[in-house]
Amino acid sequence: MNILVCIKQVPDSNKVEVDPITGVLKRNGVESKMNPYDLYAIETALRIRQEMGGTISAITMGPPQAAGVIKEAFAMGVDNGVLISDRKFGGADVLATSYTISQGIKMLGDFDIILCGKQTTDGDTAQVGAEISEWLNIPCVSNVSKIVEIKNEDIVVEIDMTHDIEITKIQFPCLLTVDKDIFMPRLPSYLKKQEAKNREIKIISLADLEDKDERNYGLNGSPTQVERIFPPEVNAHREIWNGTPTELTNRLLNKIKELKFI
Amino acid sequence: MAKLVINQGEVGNIQDLISLCSFGAMEEKNGELIINAACKMCKICVKKGPKGAVEYIEDAKVTIDKSLWKGIVVYVDHIDGVIHPVTYELIGKAKELALKINHPVYAIMIGSNITKQSHELLHYDVDKVFVYDHEKLERFKMEPYTAAFEDFVNNVKPTAILMGATPVGRQLAPRLAARVKTGLTADCTILDINENTDLVQIRPAFGGNIMAQILTPNHRPQMATVRYKVMDAPKKNQVEKGEIINCDISSDKLNSKVDVIDIIAKEKEQFIEASEVLVVAGRGIKKEEDLQMVQELADLLGGQLACTRPISEAGWLEAKRQVGLSGRTVRPKLIITCGVSGSVQFAAGMNNSDHIIAINKDENAPIFKTAHYCLVGDLYEIVPNLINQIKVSKGALENEL
Repeated sequence: MNILVCIKQVPDSNKVEVDPITGVLKRNGVESKMNPYDLYAIETALRIRQEMGGTISAITMGPPQAAGVIKEAFAMGVDNGVLISDRKFGGADVLATSYTISQGIKMLGDFDIILCGKQTTDGDTAQVGAEISEWLNIPCVSNVSKIVEIKNEDIVVEIDMTHDIEITKIQFPCLLTVDKDIFMPRLPSYLKKQEAKNREIKIISLADLEDKDERNYGLNGSPTQVERIFPPEVNAHREIWNGTPTELTNRLLNKIKELKFI
Repeated sequence: MAKLVINQGEVGNIQDLISLCSFGAMEEKNGELIINAACKMCKICVKKGPKGAVEYIEDAKVTIDKSLWKGIVVYVDHIDGVIHPVTYELIGKAKELALKINHPVYAIMIGSNITKQSHELLHYDVDKVFVYDHEKLERFKMEPYTAAFEDFVNNVKPTAILMGATPVGRQLAPRLAARVKTGLTADCTILDINENTDLVQIRPAFGGNIMAQILTPNHRPQMATVRYKVMDAPKKNQVEKGEIINCDISSDKLNSKVDVIDIIAKEKEQFIEASEVLVVAGRGIKKEEDLQMVQELADLLGGQLACTRPISEAGWLEAKRQVGLSGRTVRPKLIITCGVSGSVQFAAGMNNSDHIIAINKDENAPIFKTAHYCLVGDLYEIVPNLINQIKVSKGALENEL
């Protein structure tokens, strides 16, 4: 079975702010890590391989240092990994990102199952997975909370639709985005981590892709444009309360009574 | 085509430009400044760098004729004909936007045996309801629903599509956006529209305390998803107004490689969205057992316990209790946050609540920008104290009766 996992490097905290005067993003000293939701996708891939055999590849898109998440994937037990990276991919929105990744996937060969996490913690859009499936013209289901059965031709999964659970069969090749908690992600193995240290990560650039037309990538291939960024509005009707804990508690109690919640 | 070009002669101190870039996309190579693949094309180097050092060069674009695209359409989100209330909230918003540009408001409903339900929409002031009713569309599946929606887009050419960020909307919207090759902005918190019909989409961005204003300037339709309880629902009219249009689509376009084998109803859960009072535990809660204190306060106020991402990631509470962009959007009458710092992602999930009370030790915590009443103090001193006082005052009340 050929399994692919799409992963992303994200900032390690959300302490990214915009300077209200200059409008410049302040990201100094922000470390990077693997998008936590991707760990569940990797674990799902490892469980499928355990049951069905086969190989797991990981693909990521980002700056050169994003290769770090491929190494993390190796340390968890993923077999192969590539980084799609090119300055010409800069400024990509969901459409351009999903297109670029789908082009990278086409280069790697055919997969039975492509797995994605439910969303990233930096963009929080949960859209890239479904758009990749469209570019590859394969069926896709989201919110997969459990794997019921895997066969050679298809997979049966549980999908959480909030008010009910759907048991759904999807033919291969397909793309699944998995929910948090589908499986508990394993910790990276020390031995595999050591092995991964010196492993070369293959980098795919625009020149390697089937479609080399610059207009389809990065900012140029993005229908949405960020017009401006700004700090969130400060609530104009706020009251700041300072004082001793007793004073604050009394004021709070009175306010809750005044609002008629007690 | 757009690109950034560096004029090495104008760069001056290379380190200044390197530190100006928020994404670490500038580096020095052989004494020259280069841009690497971390570039997000934010153009800050062009705007704030030494004049002429980095230039943004853009060829003339082929522009589309926006007047060919008319109408704001709302996707009728439903499962088995039960319409999700986010649909009405979006119709209210669509109405407001359409008025500004003098466009009609449409609804599109895709399903099986939905004639009766489609009439429900005529009570909400839509001009036309387009209905795709086919047995193959009985349960939501991405491929056939996308095919029906694509058919609608090609025939009607709406300028904008609004969809609820529900389990269905979050799957259908991206698949459709890639199909018709247009932009999609997820989880918008504010929507407006320019005179030239460009939809102004505002949402939190860059994984930080930042909002982004996003346009889709040269593509139609424009697509946005919005979460439940972000916009206001309009009132229901007594009489039906508007027109139902039944749309045909050939059956072979509605095939799918996905089979729904079974549907299992979940036990009726108490969702935090349904609660009028929420007490939220944040990272300021030091130990798992301290959640009991927050739970007790919620119980005393007749409300529910909710939490932030770190608490749910630590496994202390279930993901369904999490408020924010990766959790639920809530709009209770009263929300009390305890030890919540208040990232934009969190705030976007609760800032429409009627009364927001925040308790945090750090007077600079971002939550104080969102809250109405900002208590600068230690939750471990205030919350137990408050619990006692509520008990006392409730006791006093009971004694009086």
